[in-house]
Amino acid sequence: MSEPKPNEIVRYTPGTRINHWIVAISFVLLALSGLALFHPALFWLTSLFGGGPWTRILHPFIGVVMVCAFALLMVKFWSHNLMHPRDWAWMRQMKDVVENHEEKLPEVGRYNGGQKLLFFTIILCLLALLASGIVIWRVYFSLYFPIEVIRFASLLHAVAAFVLICTIVVHIYAGIWVKGSIRAMTRGTVSYGWAWKHHRLWFREVGKGGQQK
Amino acid sequence: MALQSLDIVRRSATTLPEPQARGAHTGQVAKLIDVTKCIGCKACQVACMEWNDLRDEIGTCTGHYDNPADLSEHSWTLMRFTEYENPKGDLEWLIRKDGCMHCADPGCLKACPSPGAIVQYANGIVDFHEENCIGCGYCITGCPFNVPRISKQDKKAYKCTLCSDRVAVGLEPACVKTCPTGAIVFGDKEDMKQHAAERIEDLKSRGFDKAGLYDPAGVGGTHVMYVLHHADQPMLYADLPENPKISAMVGLWKGVSKPLALFAIAATAFVGFLHYIGIGPNETDEHDEEAARRELEKTS
Repeated sequence: MSEPKPNEIVRYTPGTRINHWIVAISFVLLALSGLALFHPALFWLTSLFGGGPWTRILHPFIGVVMVCAFALLMVKFWSHNLMHPRDWAWMRQMKDVVENHEEKLPEVGRYNGGQKLLFFTIILCLLALLASGIVIWRVYFSLYFPIEVIRFASLLHAVAAFVLICTIVVHIYAGIWVKGSIRAMTRGTVSYGWAWKHHRLWFREVGKGGQQK
Repeated sequence: MALQSLDIVRRSATTLPEPQARGAHTGQVAKLIDVTKCIGCKACQVACMEWNDLRDEIGTCTGHYDNPADLSEHSWTLMRFTEYENPKGDLEWLIRKDGCMHCADPGCLKACPSPGAIVQYANGIVDFHEENCIGCGYCITGCPFNVPRISKQDKKAYKCTLCSDRVAVGLEPACVKTCPTGAIVFGDKEDMKQHAAERIEDLKSRGFDKAGLYDPAGVGGTHVMYVLHHADQPMLYADLPENPKISAMVGLWKGVSKPLALFAIAATAFVGFLHYIGIGPNETDEHDEEAARRELEKTS
C-alpha cells in the first residue's frame, strides 16, 4: 500500500475496500437477476446471466456471497454506526442536509445519521432476504416449508429487495452528490478538507490520534 | 406442447394481451369426473402414462391404496383413496382422481416469471411449455390445488396437460377414453354441467341429498370438475379445498406491487437526478482545506 499523500487521511484500508466491492458487485448482480424474475418487462436481463434457468440457479448463490461478505463489513462498522443524540438532531435537519447547508448542521462523527440509518436498513433487509431466500430456494430447501410460509417468503423477499434497492440508489447518489467520497472507497483516502467539512468529530479524533484504520 | 391449432389467450409473464381475434366460439372444454361412479381401477393413470410416455419409479407400499403415493413429474394424475365413516356408521370409500384442475384463473400462470412457460388456450386448457420453464417453482407457490411438480432430473415443472395434443385434433383426453365405468366424461363445459346436473338429481333421489358439482368460483371455475356425493364437504375427498382461490399474498406479490415497485425505484433515482440538477453537488473547496489545516495546527 502506498503511503497517503500530505493532506490526506486514510478512511478505508485495502481489505475493507475489497470487502465493500465484493458486496457491491454481488448486489448489482443480485438486483439485475432478481428484477429479471420480478417484472416481465425486465426478463431480458436473464440474458446477462446465460438465460432464465442460469439466472434461477446463480441468484441464490450470489446472495450467499453477498450476505457473508456483508457480515464482515457489519462487524467492522457496527460500533461506528450506533446512533447518538447528535445523529437524530442531524436527521431532523434534513432540509439543511439536502440543501447543502452543512454549516448549520450538528458536527458529525465517522458517519452521519443518514449513513447510520442506511447501515441498519441494509442489515434488516439482508436478514429478511436471507431468511425468505432460503425458504424459496426450491432446489434445496422449499420442501421443508409449508406452502403458506413459501407464499409469505416470496412476498417478503420482493418487499425487502425493493427497500434495499431504493436504499442503495440513495447510497450511490450520496457518493455522487458529496464530491470526494467515492475516492474513500476506491483509493482509500479523503482530503483533510473533506473530513473537516463532512465528519468534523472524526477529523479531530484522527488529527489527535494520528492516522486511523 | 406448442400447438398452433389451439389459440393462446393468456401467457405467463406477459404484460400485453395475446391475439384475440380468434376464440373458442363453440364453447370451452371440460372434463367431468363423477367421483360417485369411480371404482378406483387406476386405468386412467395407466392411460395417462401410456399416452404421455411417462414411467414413474416403482415405489414401495405405504400402507394405503394410493399408488404412486403422490403426484410427480412422471405421474400427472393419481387416484386418492379415503375411507370415510358417514354419520349412519357406514363406511364409504371415496376415490378422487387428482390432477390439474385447469382453473379459469390459474395461480400457476399468475406466479410464473418466465414468459410463455405457462399458457392458457382459448378452450380453457392450462398448459406448461417446459422449454420456457426456468425451474423456479413459483407455479407451485401459486397453485391453490398443490398440483405442479418440479422434476428432480431436469428441474422443469410438469403437470396434466388435459391431453392438449389430443384435444387439438378432436380427441378426448386419454384418461376419459379409457375409463371403464364412464366416470370421466369430456366435452363442452356447458354440456358437462348439464350432464352433472342430471347425475346430481339421480344421486339426490338415492339419498345423497348433499350431492353437487365442484366447479369452484374462487378460481373462476375449473375445466376439470367433480360430481361429489358430499359437495358440502369437499375436504373429505383427500383435502380437496373447499373454497380455492389464488392466495392474497401471491396476488399482492404478482399484482400491483410489480409496476409500483419499478416505478418507485425509477422515481428514487430520478429524484436524485433532480437534486443534482437543482441544488447541485456538495463540494469541498480550498477554504475547507485551509480551515482543516488551521484546526490541526491549533491542536498540535
